[in-house]
Amino acid sequence: MGGHSDENLTKAELWGGGRSPFGVTYGKMMMWFFLVSDALTFSGLLVAYAFSRKASESEWPIGEQVFRSLPGLEGEYPLIYVALMTFILIVSSVTMVLAVEAGHRNDKRGVLRWMGATIIGGAFFLGSQAWEWSHFIHGSGGHFNLAAEVVITDDDGNEHTLAEDTPIYMDHHFGDLAMAMHDDPANVLEVEDHGHLKLVHYGEHTHEAELHSLTLNKYISGETHVIGDDAVKLWNNRKEGAMVFGANMHDNEYAIQQSYANFFFFITGFHGFHVFSGVIINIIIFFMALNGVFERRKHYEMVEKTGLYWHFVDLVWVFVFTFFYLI
Amino acid sequence: MERDDLIVNDSYALNAHHSEEEGVKIRKKIVFVTVLLTLITAVEVAMGIFFKRSETFTWETIKWSFIFLTLVKAGYIVMIFMHLGDERKNLRNTILVPYLVFIIYLIFIALTEALGHLDNFTVLH
Repeated sequence: MGGHSDENLTKAELWGGGRSPFGVTYGKMMMWFFLVSDALTFSGLLVAYAFSRKASESEWPIGEQVFRSLPGLEGEYPLIYVALMTFILIVSSVTMVLAVEAGHRNDKRGVLRWMGATIIGGAFFLGSQAWEWSHFIHGSGGHFNLAAEVVITDDDGNEHTLAEDTPIYMDHHFGDLAMAMHDDPANVLEVEDHGHLKLVHYGEHTHEAELHSLTLNKYISGETHVIGDDAVKLWNNRKEGAMVFGANMHDNEYAIQQSYANFFFFITGFHGFHVFSGVIINIIIFFMALNGVFERRKHYEMVEKTGLYWHFVDLVWVFVFTFFYLI
Repeated sequence: MERDDLIVNDSYALNAHHSEEEGVKIRKKIVFVTVLLTLITAVEVAMGIFFKRSETFTWETIKWSFIFLTLVKAGYIVMIFMHLGDERKNLRNTILVPYLVFIIYLIFIALTEALGHLDNFTVLH
């Protein structure tokens, strides 16, 4: 580095071409420069997220308590789904690097096979993200706010004095009917059945859900459950019209700060859009390879360049996974 | 010093084709990196599940481990999958130096500033 001032280079040697400081083609160098600038954009987003989290007056939701559902299963599986998405993206990165490697050997069939696998992997990731977004938007039960200060005893026997407006979380069976009641009070009735409180929804099919337990601090540290008479007491002290289910551009059930939902939508959405465009580019390159374009060019450098973009998408996800979900 | 920036014949990457033997070697490396990245992700998830945030000291250590493991993962992706390890030093530094500055900044912010849930919700205005 630092030039070669000690060498006697003629002007022609210095400026007359024949030297390539980076030793790569123009296209590949520009792809790298684009990736540097794109990485700075994502870094900016993650830094902004960390700052907002610090500046927040109330507690910030915890990744393993917000993201703990699996499609079609009851129960709690903290971060398992996100880990699965990470794994899918890593595998598709591997198939991409195998396509690049096949390209270096001018192996057209290998390139097609591994590019095809990469496209499928990318589609799987996008599908997973669609489910995650859908789950985040629909929520898992929602919460209501208290209309007044309430004193209750939790499942473990600890007494809590809950201030007005404290969010109280419902399970998703009860929450679904509470949502129906919130939207259309005429169709849902509150029924007392052998000392249990039930919501009954009359419609084409009649649904009912019992108030088993309510949860305090569901998405932050100190999660506790409230059952029995104390749960009924909380339910009876709910503030009318102050229920939130899932997340949208104005409200979210996960945090008091709307910026939490906004960051989720923007960071994962911006990354998802990168994955989407990556899949489209991969499809184009797949068909170019299929039509023998790169065979005629006698090199598969286009596969290498799209490969760089695809690996970058994986790289960004590694950072989003750590800084958004884990920490 | 050996000059690596002179264009001699066809030394550009796109003309340098690999042989079958080289391919076998590269594929072995790819499999190794795949297994490593998967294992690291599994360890991270397990740590996220088993360690509780209420214990301040442990959680600090866990956070550092997350960041260290993430950087190891990122390093393998960039150096092996993106072949930056095989590129010339000039190109490598042009790309890595801006990245590194921001990564260090991001870690600083995440570790010193993003502790809202631990220090009694101190507000910065």
